[in-house]
Parts: sequence; C-alpha cells; structure tokens
Amino acid sequence: MANIFTSACRGIGNWVTDRAPGMMPMYRKHMTEYYAPKNFNFWYYFGSLALVVLVNQIFTGIFLTMFYKPGAATAFDSVEYIMRDVQWGWLIRYMHEVGASMFFIVVYLHMFRGLMYGSFKKPRELVWLLGMLIFLTLMAEAFMGYVLPWGNMSFWGAKVIISLFGAIPFIGDALVQWIMGDFNPADATLNRFFALHVVALPLVLLLLVVLHIAALHEVGSNNPDGVEIKKNKDPVTHVPLDGIRFHPYYTVKDLFGVGFFLIICAFIIFFQPTLGGWFLENDNFIPANNLVTPAEIKPVWYFTPFYAILRVIPSKGLGVFVMFASIIVLFLVPWLDRGPVKSIRYRGLGYKVALGVFAVTFLLFGAIGAGKSAEWIPAIFGASADVSGIEMHFGWFLLACYFGFFAFLWAYTYFGYEKTKPVPERVTTHA
Amino acid sequence: MANDVVDHGGAGHGVVDHGRRRFLTATTAVVGGAGALIAIVPFIKSWEPSERAKNAGAPVLADISKVEPGQRLSIAWRGQPVWLINRTKALLDTLPQVDNRLKDPKSENADQQPKYAQNETRSLKPEWLVVIGICTHLGCSPEFVPDIKPEPFDPDWKGGFFCPCHKSRYDIAGRVFQGVPAPANLVVPPYKFVNDKQIMIGVNPEGAA
Repeated sequence: MANIFTSACRGIGNWVTDRAPGMMPMYRKHMTEYYAPKNFNFWYYFGSLALVVLVNQIFTGIFLTMFYKPGAATAFDSVEYIMRDVQWGWLIRYMHEVGASMFFIVVYLHMFRGLMYGSFKKPRELVWLLGMLIFLTLMAEAFMGYVLPWGNMSFWGAKVIISLFGAIPFIGDALVQWIMGDFNPADATLNRFFALHVVALPLVLLLLVVLHIAALHEVGSNNPDGVEIKKNKDPVTHVPLDGIRFHPYYTVKDLFGVGFFLIICAFIIFFQPTLGGWFLENDNFIPANNLVTPAEIKPVWYFTPFYAILRVIPSKGLGVFVMFASIIVLFLVPWLDRGPVKSIRYRGLGYKVALGVFAVTFLLFGAIGAGKSAEWIPAIFGASADVSGIEMHFGWFLLACYFGFFAFLWAYTYFGYEKTKPVPERVTTHA
Repeated sequence: MANDVVDHGGAGHGVVDHGRRRFLTATTAVVGGAGALIAIVPFIKSWEPSERAKNAGAPVLADISKVEPGQRLSIAWRGQPVWLINRTKALLDTLPQVDNRLKDPKSENADQQPKYAQNETRSLKPEWLVVIGICTHLGCSPEFVPDIKPEPFDPDWKGGFFCPCHKSRYDIAGRVFQGVPAPANLVVPPYKFVNDKQIMIGVNPEGAA
C-alpha cells in the first residue's frame, strides 16, 4: 500500500515538475535554501507573526463578510447579529478585532527592530520602502475596517479622518465630498469602504507583502550584529558560513513564537476583547448618530501618536501637513542615516540615546492622542491647570523630539560625529 | 533560425524602418494612454454624490414658533445638524464684548456665511442664529453652552459653543475664538424666513445671491 501511495505521489510530483519546472527551485530559493543568519534573536519573530496575523485577518474576515450587511441601515444590526445569534460569531469577530490591534503591535515592533539593527540600510532600502508602503496600506485598511460596524465612533472617526483631506488647498472640500459620496459620511461612504476593506486593499496588501519578502530574499536578511553573512561563504558550496536554512531551522523557531503569541491573543480574545476600550472603544457599541458627537472623539490606539500631532498644532492646515510629514519622514530614513555601522550594538552612544528618546516620544504622543493628558495634567499640576495649554506646549516639545530624531540622525552621521565600535567579521552567538 | 533577419527580396522587406517603428509605438502609446485615462472618468465620477443623495440634500422647513428665547432647535439638513437659536437680548449684548478675542470678528471669511449673514449678529434677524452645528476643525458637533458664567475652559465665558473634541470655542454668533484649533467661524447655511414661524434651510431669500 505504502509503495502504491508513494509512487502515486511521486508520479503526480513529476507530472507537475515537467509542466512547471520552476516551482521546486522557487520553493528551495525561499525556504530550504534561503540562508538566514544564525544569530536571529527575539526581535526577529515579528515578521512571521505579522504574516500569521494577516492570514488570520483574511480568514476571519471572509467569515465575517458571510454575515455582515454593508449599509447604513443594516451594518450595526448585522454586527450585533454576528455577536449574539451567529454560532461562534462573537469569537470570529473578536479574533478579527483583536487581530487588527495585534497586527499593529507586531508591525510597530518589527519597524523598531529595523531601526535598531539598521535593517533599512544599503542594500535593504527597497525592503524598508516596501515595508513602509505596507504600513500605509495597513493604516487605510484598519481605518476603513473600523468604520464598518457603523457605531457612533465609526461615524465620527470617519468624519474626522475624511475631513483631514479638506485641508488640501483649492480641491479640499470637493475631495471630501467625493470620498464620502454624500454631504456627510453615509450609506455610500460605508459601502465603498466595505469594498475597499474586503477586496481592494487586501489585494494591495498581499501584493506588497510578496514584494517585501521577494526584495528581502534578493539581498538576504540583516541580523542583530548587522554583519553581511554573504561576505563569508564556504569556498566549495558558496553557502554563507553564518547562514542556516530558513526551513526547517527558522520555521521551527517561528512556530515556537507563534505558539507563544497565540496564547497572548487567546487571553485577550477570551478575557478582555476590547482591552478596556483600547482595542474597541465603548462609543462604538452605540449606533452611529450624525447629530450627537461622542464626548471625546479619539481613534483606536494605533493611530493615537499621529492623531496627537494633529491635536497639538492649533492650525488645521499645518496640523494635517505635519501629521502626514511625520509618516513620510520614515520613508527617508535609509537616506538620512549615513552611518556605515548598522547594528545598535556597535553604534555610537548618540544613536542609542536618540532612538530611545524617539521611542518614548512616540509612546507619549500615543498617550496624548488617547486623551490621557486630560487625566495626567491635573494630577501633576493640580486641578486648576490649563490642560489644553500645557498639552499643547508639551506637544510642541515632543514634536521637536520626533522630528529632531531624524535631523539628529542625519547630522550625527553626515558630519561624522558618531564614534562607532569595531564590527566583528562574523556574527556573534551566545554559546 | 527564427531570429535571423530574412530578406525576402521586394520593396520594404528585411529593412527595419526605425523611424516608422518609433512613430507607430509612440502614437499607439499616446492613443492607448489617453483612452485609458478617459476610461477612468466614469469610475471617478461614480464616487460623486448620487442623484438620490443630491435629492436627499434638498431644502428643509423648520418650525420655530415654539422656540423660546434662549432655546435651541436642532434639525437635520443634508445629514448635518443645523441649529436655530433664539438669542436673548443679554446674549446679543455680549457679541461686541468678545470681538478682540476672536479670529474673524467681522466675518470676513466669505466661505463661512452667505452675504446676507455677514453682519454683527451673523443672521437675517438679529435674535435668530442659524448655523451648521459642526466644528470647522474636524467636524465634531460642539456643545451649546449658553449661560454667561465662568466655565472650566474659559473664566470669562459669555455664552457660545464649546467643542469637546479639541476644545475649540465659538461665541453666540458662531465666531471662533483665538488660540483654538478651529480655523474659521461656524458655517451659516443658506436660509430664509418663510414667515414668522417657519425657516427654510437650504435656499437663499428672494433677491439674495
């Protein structure tokens, strides 16, 4: 029996190989003969975790579309129907909803890893750019997804975000009306966001992910030492001496990470699906009402750092411009940083401090965008403190830190102020 | 063999006319590109407000006979809240007092109101304020805070509107204060008095532009 089975498998395999001879070489190139540095650490989990979350979002998303009814009159009720009446519908929806936030957590950590180990530097600029495009697409995808339940925060969030485009000179107002397809976020807006969220943007996202990985596999992975493993190859086999096969070594390592990650996700899904209003805001359990604004309109946590930038600038046009600039400037990092040393392990003290300040700035902006300043400022300065004034001036300081990071990065490396440590020839491992 | 240039003899055969090839390639690309651009138009246009949405944006009639002085009536026009406020004499008297704290005290930004509302009270009749209740910052709906008394956000409050989203403040004529994120005064929609008891939102008075 076994012989019949294996020979049948081999027969089918040969039949396919004859007709698609490039398939097995491609599998080997990206899996069994993709040599990744052997010193990957904790920070290298987040790329594969992002892929796992993407698969989760697509899979749960397909099932949600089976029950969800786009349309201003039906959307909110159909989501409640999923939550209350569809068998296990609550689980599918919360997997999707928690997945969205987990997506941003792993993507932010993945990006921070890139900044730490210089993974954006030559020859990996294209990998970084494609990654940034994925980040932008993901933001659009997440924003439109948040509109679909048509809760009150969906409605007002959509209104605020769409009206950002009204700050564009001359065409702004017409553009806002064009995006909404009405004079207000309405049925037409919801339907087009549904189409973009479930069809258009996922296709773009998948394409970008394929390109991101393809571009990475052309140049090879960076590592915590920032050493190019392709410089030291076995003279006979031409295999990098510090490289190990992606499959099975890193597939196994990543599977371990996935197991750990899924435990955390399961805990959130089962015990804290809204995470106290951070993953899903309380106001979104109220149906959309275009005549009543929620007491405080704020985006979900992953947008709050950028939203805070908008908030601390008392001019709409300038605020929108600076907010977009704060994202665009990340695209330029490979050209702002002129330092030859990649990894933070061997970079100057200045870079370590600057990256730390940048990370803290980002988190503090996140807190301001989430409205935490309304609690913290009176607690620090007393009940009579001028909350908006203090928030604005502190925000300007943070703004200087945020953009200062990029300016410092350029000046520090361009004028050669950075005192680096010697980079080893080969990767280091902790035996 | 297939890649060899074969001369079949005869006029034109075997000789590549590069100029002609470039011309044909360029014209094909231009015509095809123009066609593709034009083909996008219907898809772009499909996102414009539909005929149904435009019809739903037709003028609406508001009955103001039961709105006592100091009260506000809120109705929907084009899915937006429109406020009709019956201002008291005391509230109207506050208007000149706050002029020096406003961004645009004279309502000089012509986009924010029709010409017939470009006056001290920003209205057709002094007591009746008609504004779209949407903050000009990011489109939240401000709160109506009509009492002339110190408020947490302004110790010298003379009555007006306070936006909870980003703390923009407006006076009782919908004029925006300085030092807040909102860039402009609240929008006065086109409206007219049908009679003493009814206001029509969405149309200009007869004779007004």
